[in-house]
Amino acid sequence: MGIFFRCPKDHKLWGTVAGTENAIGGRSGKSMMKLEAIIQPSRFESVKDALREAGIEGMTVTEVRGHGRQKGHTEVYRGREYTVDLLPKIKLEMVLPDRLVNTVVDTILKTAKTGKIGDGKIFLTRVEEAIRIRNEERGENAL
Amino acid sequence: MMKRMGLKCCLMLAMVLGAVPLSSRQTTTPAATPSSATPASSTRTPPISRELSARLDDIDQKVAAAQSAGDNAWMLVSAALVLLMTGPGLALFYGGLVRRKNALAIMMQSFAMMGLITVLWALVGYSLCFGGSGPIIGDFAHAFLRGVGVAPNPDYAGTIPQLTFMVYQLMFAVITPALITGATAERMKFSGTVLFMTLWFLIVYAPLAHMVWGKGGLLNANGGRFPCLDFAGGTVVHISSGVSALVCALYMGKRVGFPKQPMPPHSLVLSFIGACLLWVGWFGFNAGSALAASGLASSAFVATHFGAAGAAFSWSAAEWIKNGKASALGAISGAVAGLVAITPAAGFVAPIPALIIGLIAGVCCYLMVTKVKAIFGYDDALDAFGVHGAGGTIGALLTGVFAQSIINPIFGEGKSVGGLDGHWGQIGNQLVGVLIAWGLALVGTIAIAKVTDMITGFRASEEHEVEGLDVTQHGEEAYYLES
Repeated sequence: MGIFFRCPKDHKLWGTVAGTENAIGGRSGKSMMKLEAIIQPSRFESVKDALREAGIEGMTVTEVRGHGRQKGHTEVYRGREYTVDLLPKIKLEMVLPDRLVNTVVDTILKTAKTGKIGDGKIFLTRVEEAIRIRNEERGENAL
Repeated sequence: MMKRMGLKCCLMLAMVLGAVPLSSRQTTTPAATPSSATPASSTRTPPISRELSARLDDIDQKVAAAQSAGDNAWMLVSAALVLLMTGPGLALFYGGLVRRKNALAIMMQSFAMMGLITVLWALVGYSLCFGGSGPIIGDFAHAFLRGVGVAPNPDYAGTIPQLTFMVYQLMFAVITPALITGATAERMKFSGTVLFMTLWFLIVYAPLAHMVWGKGGLLNANGGRFPCLDFAGGTVVHISSGVSALVCALYMGKRVGFPKQPMPPHSLVLSFIGACLLWVGWFGFNAGSALAASGLASSAFVATHFGAAGAAFSWSAAEWIKNGKASALGAISGAVAGLVAITPAAGFVAPIPALIIGLIAGVCCYLMVTKVKAIFGYDDALDAFGVHGAGGTIGALLTGVFAQSIINPIFGEGKSVGGLDGHWGQIGNQLVGVLIAWGLALVGTIAIAKVTDMITGFRASEEHEVEGLDVTQHGEEAYYLES
């Protein structure tokens, strides 16, 4: 259920999807969300501990490099300068039932924030299906 | 009873006379005379019986044997220290400086020298360097190490077995070609390495080693036409390899992506360990070149250390001033540059001049590596020329300035040696040595590079270079982190 139109001036596509304020929580009530958080490596331990205390089990962690608006630094090896603008970050990935999403987002925002540029971002995407390999359970039971 | 007292007095007197040579300074000349005890039958003692004379001769022999044992122990340790410089010292130093995909390849090049040069040395190498008495090259008298046994070679090191001397010099021949691989790093074929180094050892190293250290050599400090002071190989090892490295780098061309693509060292930790092993090993390289466990060895040991420290200090200071930070890579590079520069000077200069040589070399090599290389734009990947070629040249010339007779009366007792003694002409002799080393390295390397290129190929193909030499030349990966 969406209304879309093309702006006559610059031909950009604009639109709105009805009921977005209800997207989280979902119409079926059985949606799952993938939460991807890119955070500062120095905040990772605190985030992990806080999530465990909040009862969240299960996450995938990768060491990544990247940047948003944060500036890099210069390294010099025997007179040759290298600009390093890909900075190390930690990426957390979790698939959560909808009812937990807000809790997790709040927890991460609280513990990962330092207030400086480079704190990172959280992305949420809808997940079609989740399956546990061991016993082939599906849906929210698999999380 | 009187006779027994007299006997005891004579024995004590003989022991005192026999102990005197242990403290006398030994020179490094190839034609070194073994320290001999003053004969007991000098004009001071009264005539002695034959039995006493035999006992005194016995004591003479035992004293000489004790000296020899000390010398041999030190020299064997020195030989081991110099080998340590190649494996793993240089292997780690270079290994850490290249990208991960080429780590094994550069280490393999050093290691291959340990095998290849040893074989060549045993067959003809030792003989070509130290056999005969020609001005430019040796002969085949000691081919297959014929005649090389436990008995000392009085032309070179009269107190140690010739086997020790031979194996000690071998370690120098091993590391010298390995140094060249720094300039051609990350793009040299392994097959080309093996062929090139074989030819280079025979055509460039052997003549130069003979000219500087061999009996009758043109540049030999003892009796050569142009007596050049090169205690442990500033010309033979560092200028030859450094200049050859530059020629190879120019002949081969720049690495794919150089200079735009960043190619930072993949592990400065390895380079750090390698550099420290080089520093420690260098005590064998320089102090061992005294060829005896003598006061001269102590002097060279101290000079070596001060040269290294001085250069590490000055390179770091220069970097701190220029960049606002003193880097670990700069500090270890500085130390190596200082060690290179002090190599020709180690057994000729006092400690403070050694420090000064280090301070000068550190700054000069820093400028070579950062400024001069950038100006000319050649891809001397690991600065073999900037550190060894330049450092060796600077050190060789400064040796002429700072050498002193009081440290090493190489030209004879009371004869001035270098500038500090007033013999400023020695710098001219040093220059001759430097020019001959440069010339031989330049001409020899160009020819050998061409021949290698024709037979096996010199540079790896572009695809192989981009994929990485470890996989393409050796079928291996240095780090398999997933396993």
